[in-house]
Amino acid sequence: MFACIHAPGEIARLIACAQDFSPQVEQTDAGTVTLDIDGLGHLFGSAHEIANAITRRAGIPVNVAVAANPDAAFHAARGFSGTSIVPQGDEAKFLASLPVALLAPSEETAETLARWGIRTFRDLAVLPDLGVAARLGEEGVLLQQLARGEHERPLVPVEASLRFEEEMELEYPVELLEPLLFVLARLLGDVCRRLEERALAAIGWRVRLQLENAADHERAIRLPVPMRNPRVFLKLIELDLEKYSPAAPVVKVTVAAEPAKPRTAQSGLFIPLAPEPEKLELTLARIAAVVGEENVGSPELVDTHRPGAFRMRGIGIHACKPSTEKHRHECLFHLAFRAFRPPLAARVQADFISAPGIRGKIARQAGPWRTSGDWWTPDPWSRDEWDIELTDGALYRIYCDAQTGRWFIEGSYD
Amino acid sequence: MATAILQTIDFKLHERPVLDFLPSGIADFDTAFGGVPRGCVTDIFGSASSGRTSLMLSLMAQATAREEFCALVDASDAFDPKSAAAAGVVLGRLLWIRCGGNAENALKATDLLLQAGGFGLVAMDLGDVAPITARRISLASWYRLRRAVENTPTSLVVVEQAPHARACAMLAVECARERVRWSGTPGCSQLLRGVAFAVDRRKPLRPGCAVIEAQSMR
Repeated sequence: MFACIHAPGEIARLIACAQDFSPQVEQTDAGTVTLDIDGLGHLFGSAHEIANAITRRAGIPVNVAVAANPDAAFHAARGFSGTSIVPQGDEAKFLASLPVALLAPSEETAETLARWGIRTFRDLAVLPDLGVAARLGEEGVLLQQLARGEHERPLVPVEASLRFEEEMELEYPVELLEPLLFVLARLLGDVCRRLEERALAAIGWRVRLQLENAADHERAIRLPVPMRNPRVFLKLIELDLEKYSPAAPVVKVTVAAEPAKPRTAQSGLFIPLAPEPEKLELTLARIAAVVGEENVGSPELVDTHRPGAFRMRGIGIHACKPSTEKHRHECLFHLAFRAFRPPLAARVQADFISAPGIRGKIARQAGPWRTSGDWWTPDPWSRDEWDIELTDGALYRIYCDAQTGRWFIEGSYD
Repeated sequence: MATAILQTIDFKLHERPVLDFLPSGIADFDTAFGGVPRGCVTDIFGSASSGRTSLMLSLMAQATAREEFCALVDASDAFDPKSAAAAGVVLGRLLWIRCGGNAENALKATDLLLQAGGFGLVAMDLGDVAPITARRISLASWYRLRRAVENTPTSLVVVEQAPHARACAMLAVECARERVRWSGTPGCSQLLRGVAFAVDRRKPLRPGCAVIEAQSMR
């Protein structure tokens, strides 16, 4: 048996209502859902009582129809208001008065039917089968079966949205991290098991801690590659919570995974050495706890002429393109530059320079190189640069800020 | 009986053979030293402007060109990405850890990286750390790093002003500035063209020396 619920513009509510009764729910059109109600008789009683229960659960005015096949229920729900019970074996009689337009025939077929004077389901149902097949083809046969309420087909169920979330209310507020980790380990294990059942992995986690007499503490952890190891997740969350501790005792814990397809990697004997993503992520989290999150990453040059400009980004183990043969030959032995961050304020008098830790006579110099830029921003720069060699042989890059007239040692050549 | 058994055992200390080297891409250096050994600590030391950083970047460039990942633990935040990119380092394959002048944090970070494994080269740059601070690093810490890198395909390179890794380093090379090449007339239109560095092997005590010349980026 099938039930159909029709209420234009309320599809989300209809699906939610139908899923309360059956796992087999089909979204038949924009305002109609059909569900399999086999077996519900034991819970609710007759078909009429099932239809009434559905109407009550919907909470809005809906048309509900119950029939032996999905299409008969669908047409009854769309054609008759209120509750309709289509008697099994008498579908054609029950649906007879409905307009044939409800079958949504193609434009050409609708025109033909209109020319023939076919207005209702009954008119179409009583036509001879062979004649309809000869004149209207496959579509005509299908429309006639639908008009007679004889068409059988399986439901196409809607996919239930996958939510990988677990929560636990604690019996008493937890203040320390260690007992909280026990709870988190269990929740993470459960979520990871469900991910594994679906052959999925997690690309990110959201941890929400409901606090006692305080606002919720919410943390999000983003992973560079999909992973499924609950131990790694637990350690990452532990390191994160050590850094960003909740402000009050925890009364409820919720963890949610953002599912993603697991990564696939082709192993091989000659593949270059690379860190394992799980281990690397843990290591980076540990190092970030020591030196600070902003000090760990991969440097990236910025498209600007501003001296020393760069930005940090996460290291992408899988994002790197293989080096080309050309690049291997391009590795030249260049004189490296070591930056002083921040630049050392210096005093330059004739051919003598002094700065904290550096003092000497300038033996040779090259420059100046005048550079400026970003004058249209609140942080412009303009300077004259020199390369200098002190009498002790050390090589430095110095500059004079054109705006302030002050001298700085930017770094050394090494 | 026991004496007889003991006499049959060879108690000589054997130096662990180095199976593989990471080349620097500098012909003279690679000819003299073969590169830097993998699974070992290499000490590159010298004063300011002695070519230590240029050598380190050259090693990184070679490692990243071989599609290996490198890590730089930068104790003094002295790394210049533009200079490294010019030397051929693939920045996307480089993990840079800035320790803001804290040598202790640099040691911790290096230890964690070696434990994680998977890097072709881990460089610990203590080049601007004052020798008095670097001397405070205990021998136990160096041994710990040596043990962590042992039996791995990773090269641990330490850049310093003076050799502090001592017994823990398999290779120690001292860099010194040999000559600075300028072009143009002194006092007018001069240009820093390059610097020649002398690299001498200090450990193991076998004769080994290379003179390498770095080109200026100007």
